[in-house]
Amino acid sequence: MNSLQGKAAVVTGGSRGLGRALGLALARAGARVVLVARHAEPLRSVVAEINAAGGEAHALVADVADQDAAAVVAGQAAALVGPVDILINNASTLGPVPLRLLLDTDCEDLERALAVNLVGPFRLTKALAGSMVLRGAGTVVNVTSDAATQAYPSWGAYGASKAALEQLGRIWAAELEGTGVRVLSVDPGEMDTVMHAEAMPDADRTQLGDPAQVADRIVAALGEAGR
Amino acid sequence: MTPARSYPARRDDVRLLVMDPRLAPARGLRETRTTELAAFLSPGDLLVVNDAATLPASLSGADGAGRPIEARLVAARAGDRFAAVLFGAGDWRQRTEDRPPPPAVAVGDELRFGPGGELPARIVARSRLSPRLIQLEFGLRGDPLWAALYAVGRPIQYSYLAHDLPLWAVQTVYASRPWSFEMPSAGRPLSWQMLLALRRKGVRWAALTHAAGLSATGDPALDAALPLPERYQIPAATVRAVGETRARGGRVVAVGTTVVRALEGAAATHGGGLRAGEGETDLRITPAFRPRVVDGILSGAHAATESHFQLLSAFAGEALLAAAAAHAERAGFLTHELGDSMLVLPGALASDARVGAAVG
Repeated sequence: MNSLQGKAAVVTGGSRGLGRALGLALARAGARVVLVARHAEPLRSVVAEINAAGGEAHALVADVADQDAAAVVAGQAAALVGPVDILINNASTLGPVPLRLLLDTDCEDLERALAVNLVGPFRLTKALAGSMVLRGAGTVVNVTSDAATQAYPSWGAYGASKAALEQLGRIWAAELEGTGVRVLSVDPGEMDTVMHAEAMPDADRTQLGDPAQVADRIVAALGEAGR
Repeated sequence: MTPARSYPARRDDVRLLVMDPRLAPARGLRETRTTELAAFLSPGDLLVVNDAATLPASLSGADGAGRPIEARLVAARAGDRFAAVLFGAGDWRQRTEDRPPPPAVAVGDELRFGPGGELPARIVARSRLSPRLIQLEFGLRGDPLWAALYAVGRPIQYSYLAHDLPLWAVQTVYASRPWSFEMPSAGRPLSWQMLLALRRKGVRWAALTHAAGLSATGDPALDAALPLPERYQIPAATVRAVGETRARGGRVVAVGTTVVRALEGAAATHGGGLRAGEGETDLRITPAFRPRVVDGILSGAHAATESHFQLLSAFAGEALLAAAAAHAERAGFLTHELGDSMLVLPGALASDARVGAAVG
């Protein structure tokens, strides 16, 4: 039996790109999936696709940057699929595109990038990882980027938020060592997504990764880790 | 004693009154802080917590004639139905007993909740205990029902508070499935700092899920019947942990009444033995009750006149409780959901627990 069979998973940013692909892959692996996104329609269409294929998925409309969202997402998700075993903090924002140099970046845009890419995952992890620690098992995956470590001009707000998210993950992992709960950072590489096209409209799409293949790799790694 | 009116600055730093029922009242009381909890537990002890998250169980709306009504969910029933207690006009700033009664309702009546009436419900049953206690069937099911409950509902609020309680403020640090209608508040002062320190000391923890119901209904007849039967689920790992703890001479410490009800209710159902699984308990903890599974309890602070305090008498003698109540009163302990804590545990004040001030 697949080790993700019956596991409860929450994926943010689940309506498109890597989040959508993770939802599909987790459901194929037997997980019960809650997909979180801001926009109801694209989210419901992913959920319908998963359910039509015989998987289990639920749509949860929320903005992870919203201060009150974490308790709502955590409670609703656990009501729908039971105690949550896997949280994938995948939702993120680049900020306004085309991307701008830091000296031209509005403070509000930096704050928004931090709210979505850093504080949202922080709140949601706080709301969900405690019950994992109590049960002695669980995985939190933070989706990061090489922009966290490379100084790409004009990727400042996004890069700073991802660097902070990676450090949050490292400290969380150190604090939770021995509890059975793992906190991982995954850099999926450059993928052929709407977000990538917005950031780099001139990129050669044939050179970009397929989110479905990336999601399969991440889900396979989660399954291995769960054995 | 007065209720705490707002959240403490730090979740895990409130006053703690420790009672050791093995000692005479003069020596069996100590005041300290919850940050020192580990000093009163020993390697091999087991702390059992209720991991139920708290639902936004208060729904404001109107009946078919547009008269204001508040429904407070009190228990989940099969088929997405909920038992609920109805309140009339007004809001949480009034004490429940001062709230006007709800308009007369009958089975079959439609209610609508939310500012735009987006969550419709039908009354499908009325209790003989009180006309306020009804069963609701919502016009939504499954995912849309949960989304609407979280969009329309708010956590049950308390008239003695200085501010609204947001949903995050009524969760414990280990909250999981939203089974509780009010916060299982004995666990509120527990932080991961404390829980991980306890584990490093050799104290184990285990969880169960218990659907804590309402603390007040505004109807004296119904209040007298509280707590209503509540559902619980005890995992096999918790049953094992309890068995191992007892076999090795450790103490089983319940965090809150709900944990006592679940463990002792399950044991009573199975002839004294604990079994994993789901159940519903109508167990009432009275002074005459003799616990079979639980050795001690970590609880919120309560005044001697409150039923919550009375149930401590299952764990400690009258003289010690009287001394504790007098001290808590004198020292100005804060009560209720956001207040101070009490620990009743045999052997708690043994030699290694030198923290805090002896009282009495």
